[in-house]
Amino acid sequence: MEILSNLAMGFSIAATPYTLLLAVIGCFVGTIIGALPGLGPANGVALLIPISFSMGLDAIPALVLLTSVYYGAMYGGRISSILLNIPGDEPAMMTTLDGYPMAKQGKAGEALVVSGVASFVGAFIATIGLMVFAPYLARVAFKFGPAEYFALYLLAFCTLGGIGSNNQAKAAMAAAIGLGIAMIGLDKTTGMPRFTFGELHLQDGVDFLVAIVGLFAVAEVFFFIETHGKNSAIGVKLGKILVPWRMLKQTTGAMLRGTGIGFVAGVLPGAGASLGSFLAYTAEKSAARDKSQFGKGDPRGVAAPEAGNNAAAGGALVPMLTLGVPGSGTTAVLLALLLTLNITPGPLLFTERPEVVWSLIAALLIANIVLLLMNVPMVKVFVHILSVPAWVLLPGVTMVAFVGIYSLTGSSFDMLMMVGFGVLGYIMRKLEIPTVPVILGILLGNAMEDNLRRAMVLSDGDWTFLFSSPIATGLWIAAVLGFVAPVFLRRFLKKPPMPETEPKVGD
Amino acid sequence: MIRGDRIFGAVMIVLALGYILTASRIGTSFMSDPVGPRVFPYMVAGVVILCSVSMILRPDPEAEWPAGPMLLQLGIAFAALIGYAFAIKPLGFILPTTFVAGILSWQIGGHPARAAISGVGLGIGLFVLFRVILGLGLRGLPAGWGF
Repeated sequence: MEILSNLAMGFSIAATPYTLLLAVIGCFVGTIIGALPGLGPANGVALLIPISFSMGLDAIPALVLLTSVYYGAMYGGRISSILLNIPGDEPAMMTTLDGYPMAKQGKAGEALVVSGVASFVGAFIATIGLMVFAPYLARVAFKFGPAEYFALYLLAFCTLGGIGSNNQAKAAMAAAIGLGIAMIGLDKTTGMPRFTFGELHLQDGVDFLVAIVGLFAVAEVFFFIETHGKNSAIGVKLGKILVPWRMLKQTTGAMLRGTGIGFVAGVLPGAGASLGSFLAYTAEKSAARDKSQFGKGDPRGVAAPEAGNNAAAGGALVPMLTLGVPGSGTTAVLLALLLTLNITPGPLLFTERPEVVWSLIAALLIANIVLLLMNVPMVKVFVHILSVPAWVLLPGVTMVAFVGIYSLTGSSFDMLMMVGFGVLGYIMRKLEIPTVPVILGILLGNAMEDNLRRAMVLSDGDWTFLFSSPIATGLWIAAVLGFVAPVFLRRFLKKPPMPETEPKVGD
Repeated sequence: MIRGDRIFGAVMIVLALGYILTASRIGTSFMSDPVGPRVFPYMVAGVVILCSVSMILRPDPEAEWPAGPMLLQLGIAFAALIGYAFAIKPLGFILPTTFVAGILSWQIGGHPARAAISGVGLGIGLFVLFRVILGLGLRGLPAGWGF
């Protein structure tokens, strides 16, 4: 029982009163971030990385704090989905389909409890899955050489772009923009400056935190100014919260199925939580004998996608920790966190720094229990926070973004670059070009080039070396399929239309 | 019919060509490898050009772009953020934050009085949070004013 002894070690590091306090704070902040429309998990973690870094937190406390925020945001996303019919973050979109109708029928409390428990089931089981599968995958990952890693990075870009976007060209463009930005700075092998235009600030390259905060948080401000923060008023009354045991029993199957589907979707590189919740909802709907209530307030339609999206969040940590390849936007941000803390994910992480891995897992388990307590009995607290108006919230978020970057780097140049990324993010979102591949490109660009060059050193410039091993060939085929297949599958996997925000007459 | 996609594609082609030109001037050093520092940037620029051509030839339906007054509003927000980046160092945290948060709040909410209150509140509140509670090294007021 190697897992249990490892886990015990993890708990002995992560379960100190100080880190527990950080976990509670992280869960609380995370749930708020998730619940507020427009502030997703990726956004929230990105804003908090520079701040926790300038506070001088050690690696493990910082990891505990920010993974709690990550899971908290996954839980919190459902709150505004159910009460406002606005997903707090993208993966919570499917929860609006049945959650909001339930709330309109006066069952908002039940919907919040069922979805909270479903989130717990999904996230908890996925964390156990992470414990079981990650060490196994780490052992496989030891066989990876530079050629395999190059193909793997390509696979991540292809699947992320292929699944996450409606236009392959735009997804590939986004990834290439990110890779192009990653090239800025000193070339590691030759020590020559590239694309710095004599600017000293660019010698170290573009800090990925600047790019992340700009693309996510600053771009959001421009969007809110354009919409005048229309989308933020609670229209649903919330009564006393009671635990609907019968409803929970009735939805157990949906939660477990959603968890399984979500976990698998999360492990696939590039797929992420949105796909997890989408597949979980679709599968639950097609498996149900009585479909008539779906979309009109069926509790199973709340339980399945919530379990799915939280399980996918856990599953996405598997490739991120073992291979260093994030499965979604938020795990890309978590990868940024690890790199900031000087922790390089990959198979070596499991053998060389097991304390990091296992205390992270212990922290996730702790965070889930804290979150269950916060999100079921105390959910009303968060409902009150949702009524903070956008005209206080968004300026606040912007200022937090600036403070984070300023206290991290202390230079006006980086803040200007952050605003520049904000404009870029605004334009890209207007054009429906996904921004997550840009982040992934900036994060992985140097490693991708490095592996390509090392592969060429090994083979003495023979390009066929990239396809020479069976693993590499398999990854190349998967990459091509992951990029091309969604074009054909899109016809079958049409997303269901969002329910109308305005209640119709006679509803 | 000119669409956003086409303009973006055209701009990206120009940028990619500039990128290739810049890459071709990257110096070589005594340390080298079969690939060298230029090939990967060339590959990236090639992908950008391919994607740009695809966006120009097959643009998606046009997005709703802000016009007239809204564009001005976004311009004001942009200018305020740029100004903030320059002001925070010499003027300290509280004054620029109050000012910029107030502007953004007014732009989102549309009420000058409420915006002023939230600006002052955020300026002071965030300073207390970051400086006093979290202990970040921020200066509150312009140099020489104390704090």
